[in-house]
Amino acid sequence: MLEIRNLHVKIEDKKILDGLTLTVNDGEVAAIMGPNGSGKSTLSYVIAGKEDYEVLDGEILLDGENVLEMDPDARAAAGLFLAFQYPLEIPGVATMSFLKAAMGAQRKARGEEELAVGEFLKRVRGAADKLGIPQDMLKRGLNVGFSGGEKKRMEILQMALLEPRFCILDETDSGLDIDALKVVSDGVNALRDGKRSFLVITHYQRLLNYIVPDSVHVMAHGKVVKSGGKELALELEANGYADYKTLAA
Amino acid sequence: MTDVTPIRTAAESAILSRFPQAKASLPGTPAVAALREQAFGSFVETGLPHRRVEKWKYTDLRAMMREAAPLAAAPAAADIAAAEALLAAAPAFDGVALTVVNGRFTPELSDLAALPPGVSVADLGEALGSGHPLVGERMGRAASADDAALALNAAFMTGGVIVTVADAVTVVSPLALRFVTVGDVGAATYPRALLQVGADASLTVIETHLGADGPAHQTNTVVEIFAGDRSSLNHVRVNAAGAATVDVSSLGVVLGAHASANTFNFVVNPAAARHQVFFRFAGEHSTGNISGAAMLKGRRHADSTLFVDHAVPHCTSRETFAHVLDGEATGVFQGMILVRPDAQKTDGKMMSRAVLLDDDAVMNNKPELEIYADDVVCGHGATVGALDEDLLFYLRARGLPKPEAEALMLAAFVGEALEAIAHDGVRETLEGMVDAWLKARA
Ligand SMILES: Nc1ncnc2c1ncn2[C@@H]1O[C@H](COP(=O)(O)OP(=O)(O)OP(=O)(O)O)[C@@H](O)[C@H]1O
Ligand SMILES: [Mg+2]
Repeated sequence: MLEIRNLHVKIEDKKILDGLTLTVNDGEVAAIMGPNGSGKSTLSYVIAGKEDYEVLDGEILLDGENVLEMDPDARAAAGLFLAFQYPLEIPGVATMSFLKAAMGAQRKARGEEELAVGEFLKRVRGAADKLGIPQDMLKRGLNVGFSGGEKKRMEILQMALLEPRFCILDETDSGLDIDALKVVSDGVNALRDGKRSFLVITHYQRLLNYIVPDSVHVMAHGKVVKSGGKELALELEANGYADYKTLAA
Repeated sequence: MTDVTPIRTAAESAILSRFPQAKASLPGTPAVAALREQAFGSFVETGLPHRRVEKWKYTDLRAMMREAAPLAAAPAAADIAAAEALLAAAPAFDGVALTVVNGRFTPELSDLAALPPGVSVADLGEALGSGHPLVGERMGRAASADDAALALNAAFMTGGVIVTVADAVTVVSPLALRFVTVGDVGAATYPRALLQVGADASLTVIETHLGADGPAHQTNTVVEIFAGDRSSLNHVRVNAAGAATVDVSSLGVVLGAHASANTFNFVVNPAAARHQVFFRFAGEHSTGNISGAAMLKGRRHADSTLFVDHAVPHCTSRETFAHVLDGEATGVFQGMILVRPDAQKTDGKMMSRAVLLDDDAVMNNKPELEIYADDVVCGHGATVGALDEDLLFYLRARGLPKPEAEALMLAAFVGEALEAIAHDGVRETLEGMVDAWLKARA
């Protein structure tokens, strides 16, 4: 369970999160929607531990543990995963070596044994096949020269391999074609096991037809201004954010 | 400020006073002796280079050499055994071994029986005394400049090797040219090598420098390579001299027509290293790649100073250097491309990239182009900065602890530089050295 209580965050003297409170239970899929610039990516970065942000007040608890005191890698080892809105290109670091390093580091941090090479390769191949990622892409530099959609699939591949407890998907649907959207959604749905939780940030109700959320939250001006069931997404699709922008101001 | 002639430093005085006695026992014909005298004369005028000498601006050798270490004696049996132990413990490079200990060719640690057909090796110390034709014809002609380090080596050189590759011979196995400095107390060594690669010949040379970490050795090496028309040369230099060593090296290359020469210098360990390259295109339609990488921590210092002389048209040169600087380390890149009036259609570029891992680390870049021809393409670029924070965060968000995330990015950064090395085995050994450096740091 992830509990965010009264979170206030600023960056470079600009207040971005302004008393945000949100709880996502075990097994829950929570969707966050909200206008551009309302602070959705900021929230995901702060949960993952990006250092640029200053947390002024509030707390974030993962199963009761305060993650704000943990390094980003410790948060990852504790089971947090962020699929980036804009995955980064890392030249010279082969995707395969990166996956091995990441899985190895997390297992080590959790006191688990390193995977045998054969088992590692089997898992990577299996997960890549399901997401329609060709093997030769895994030999290339991480995300280097990948298309927007390929990068998003690569994020989901990492998520599948790292088996986090809490997954944040920041606009994973943007840039995906219709077929890829299905493939990626299937990938996410396959990871829904009743325990694993998801925070799905999106601008499009369409994604939520594939990944059906348990709750939908509207974010504006750095806080959650309305919460509801999946029908809330349909309402937003029809009416836009006009009501909420004024409501929060 | 008045610029009076400086008072000699202790090191300079020691060097000046030792030459008259030392010269009697240094090898050489009267012609070589005359060359020594001439070189020594120019050292008398300049003294050790310091920061007001433009080419040595960032490497103040006079300040670095508080004292002049005594001249290394010819290696005794115990020294040769010590050299053998150092070689056994160091990263191994495959190839036919040629070993120089304390400035003297050492057949016991060399593999002369394994020399491939078409390759001949002579002991340079003997050759100086016997009037070997290459000494008269070639020595001092590739690494030729008005430079104190060159002058000191010419005055005090003790020996080394002469390697000749006959025309049209493709030497498959690399030559492993190993310079080892041994002794419990710091010693000064002046080794030298002269390589002649015939027309249509090809050669790979791995030149390594080794020494124990304790003693403050002062090594001054000159390697000259003459590569003929249509030849292909791959030269990799690995500077793993001891951690207290001040190492000065000069590489001279003269390249014929339709030829290619690649030289790479990797610096990991010495306290201070100055590598100067004098590269001259003597024939048209040739390509030269001069590259290198240094990984430095503590207060180490590495300087790469290059002089690329496009004396003829239609040649291509690339200077590509990468530095990883931690702690209070200093990196220096000084690249000079000279395009002489006749050298039309020259394509010359230089690039220096540095990653600073500490606020106290410093990189000095000084690229220079001196162009006297009008139809040329020349350029230079330099980047200096910390590792990208956003990329580090991405890796850490996947569970990599900071040191491991940094190591992954640094291995990629240096790995890109190592791509310049054509020989797979050599590159892999260097990748291993990079990993070892990164592990020791983490
Ligand atoms: N480094 C920064 N410096 C200053 N302002 C920043 C910085 N990073 C983000 N912001 C600002 O914070 C606000 C929230 O940005 P954020 O990326 O969290 O929005 P978002 O809700 O994810 O928007 P979108 O829907 O477009 O992805 C924006 O106004 C943005 O300009
Ligand atoms: Mg965003």
